[in-house]
Amino acid sequence: MGQIQLKQVTKSFGDVQVIPPLDLTIQDGEFTVFVGPSGCGKSTLLRLIAGLEDITSGHIEIDGKDATDLVPAKRGLAMVFQSYALYPHMSVRKNIAFPLRMAKMEQAEIDRRVNAAAEVLNLADYIDRKPGQLSGGQRQRVAIGRAIVREPSAFLFDEPLSNLDAALRVGMRMEISELHKKLATTMVYVTHDQVEAMTMADKIVVLHAGVIEQVGSPLELYRRPRNTFVAGFIGSPKMNLIIGQEAAKHDATTIGIRPEHIDVVESNGMWSGTVGVAEHLGSDTFFHIHNTGLTDMITVRAIGDVSLKHGDTIQLNPRLEELHRFDADGLRID
Amino acid sequence: MARSVTPRQKLINTTAAWTIGLLIFFPILWTILTSFKTEAQAIAAPPIFVGFDWTLENYRTVLERSDYGRFLWNSIIIAGLSTVLGCIIAIPAAWSMAFVPSKRTKDILLWMLSTKMLPAVGVLYPIYLLFIKMGLLDSRAGLVVVLMLINLPIIVWMLYTYFKEIPGEILEAARMDGATLRQELLYVLTPMAIPGIASTLLLNFILAWNEAFWTLNLTAVNAAPLTAFIASYSSPEGLFFAKLSAASTMAIAPILILGWFSQKQLVRGLTFGAVK
Repeated sequence: MGQIQLKQVTKSFGDVQVIPPLDLTIQDGEFTVFVGPSGCGKSTLLRLIAGLEDITSGHIEIDGKDATDLVPAKRGLAMVFQSYALYPHMSVRKNIAFPLRMAKMEQAEIDRRVNAAAEVLNLADYIDRKPGQLSGGQRQRVAIGRAIVREPSAFLFDEPLSNLDAALRVGMRMEISELHKKLATTMVYVTHDQVEAMTMADKIVVLHAGVIEQVGSPLELYRRPRNTFVAGFIGSPKMNLIIGQEAAKHDATTIGIRPEHIDVVESNGMWSGTVGVAEHLGSDTFFHIHNTGLTDMITVRAIGDVSLKHGDTIQLNPRLEELHRFDADGLRID
Repeated sequence: MARSVTPRQKLINTTAAWTIGLLIFFPILWTILTSFKTEAQAIAAPPIFVGFDWTLENYRTVLERSDYGRFLWNSIIIAGLSTVLGCIIAIPAAWSMAFVPSKRTKDILLWMLSTKMLPAVGVLYPIYLLFIKMGLLDSRAGLVVVLMLINLPIIVWMLYTYFKEIPGEILEAARMDGATLRQELLYVLTPMAIPGIASTLLLNFILAWNEAFWTLNLTAVNAAPLTAFIASYSSPEGLFFAKLSAASTMAIAPILILGWFSQKQLVRGLTFGAVK
């Protein structure tokens, strides 16, 4: 079990309200990702759920029980921190066993669980080392091990991969996703990286200035962003947002078109412009197109290794069925 | 780029370091040497460095004339208890300042330190009067309290600095892992802060041991520690340098030995946080 419910939760630091009244339900077994730019309140929200910060008003319920005033230890949640937060003076074994020791579990049971966790996380060879003797990826695994042995009702991850290098990050992303499939336990994951959000989440919560902009599955957010913020935040490279005359043609204040939904054509394109920077990734090429008269720059994705040179004039055709329209308040028009 | 050190530079640096080290140590060495001379050789001009008749006579006289054991015992009690008492008060104080700071924490720390800028003699009169009123004059209890108060700002500052180095997330992790406040302190924070706590205790013990102003002014016989023992050999009727040196050597010997065996700990503690 691991349903988490936030009801009219607010948080203020002094006079500054960082989280205005907020409602959110995280279903049992769901992998929920909080994503947003830095300072959007996503980590604060996670710390409120963990109980490491007190909420200013509202209620938090875990498995239907009011947990608002419970201390962190009594909430049955486990947390993995960005800095790993391992106990430097304890071996890997003692680190993983720590929550079980605190719970006064029998030694035989502690050993069984620690060994099982070490096996799952490939830590068996390092079990007697201190955290200082481990690499970043191994430390992160120890932190995860310390979380899973408790068999918590939900896991909280606070940007757990930001301290790892790019290659390791992709690997750990898969490991965490697989762990979720295996354990089927609720996971709440905070990141500023929308790629992590898109690849791991069952449900994404997009936050901006403490406000939930949209909640939905990765593809829902990609296909039907509720407003211009979500449209610009989800998807890589970013959606092209165009205002002015071109938008007015479509009865909107702002129109959005993703780079992958614009075709480069030989002639008779709706738009034209000159090629600026080209980013060749092999499988795809992203072109930055200038002088379209629409906005400063339009990003276009071409599949494969397309050879267009800097300064070439090209014709573009947006796929109109993929066009997103937004009103004066930035909200989606259907 | 690493800075390259030529052998020549290294030689200069080493020589300079040893020279400065010996200069600092020289007065102590001279005191120790003088303690083995006769009174005449002790004041001989030009001074005799090592070519004198080594004698233990001064030590014999000093031990005969004064009760060294009692002074030593008083020093141990006063320095030890004031250190322990200081830590009992300073650990929770430094703890709360480091982990649950308020808007005024920095001000309190600076204000505490500012008390160290006041010349001790400035408060001698009021404290002396207080001691008379409270019947604490020439009592070990009174000195324990005074020395503890004098060194408290330093203990709090040092512990605060060490605790600040410990990432808050580790304590939060312990909280998430189900540790109570007591367990968090006992199993996580204290083991991590032990080098800092140990060097603070050690430094404070040395400071209290060597403290002379208050120990001389507030004691006479019963509570007099080793500082008073030394002072008793500088009399107005004429200085007995050799005996004074013997007394001084006996007074600093215990702390010197303690310092020697814990120098690694002490240096590590004092540079803690400077280099990560």
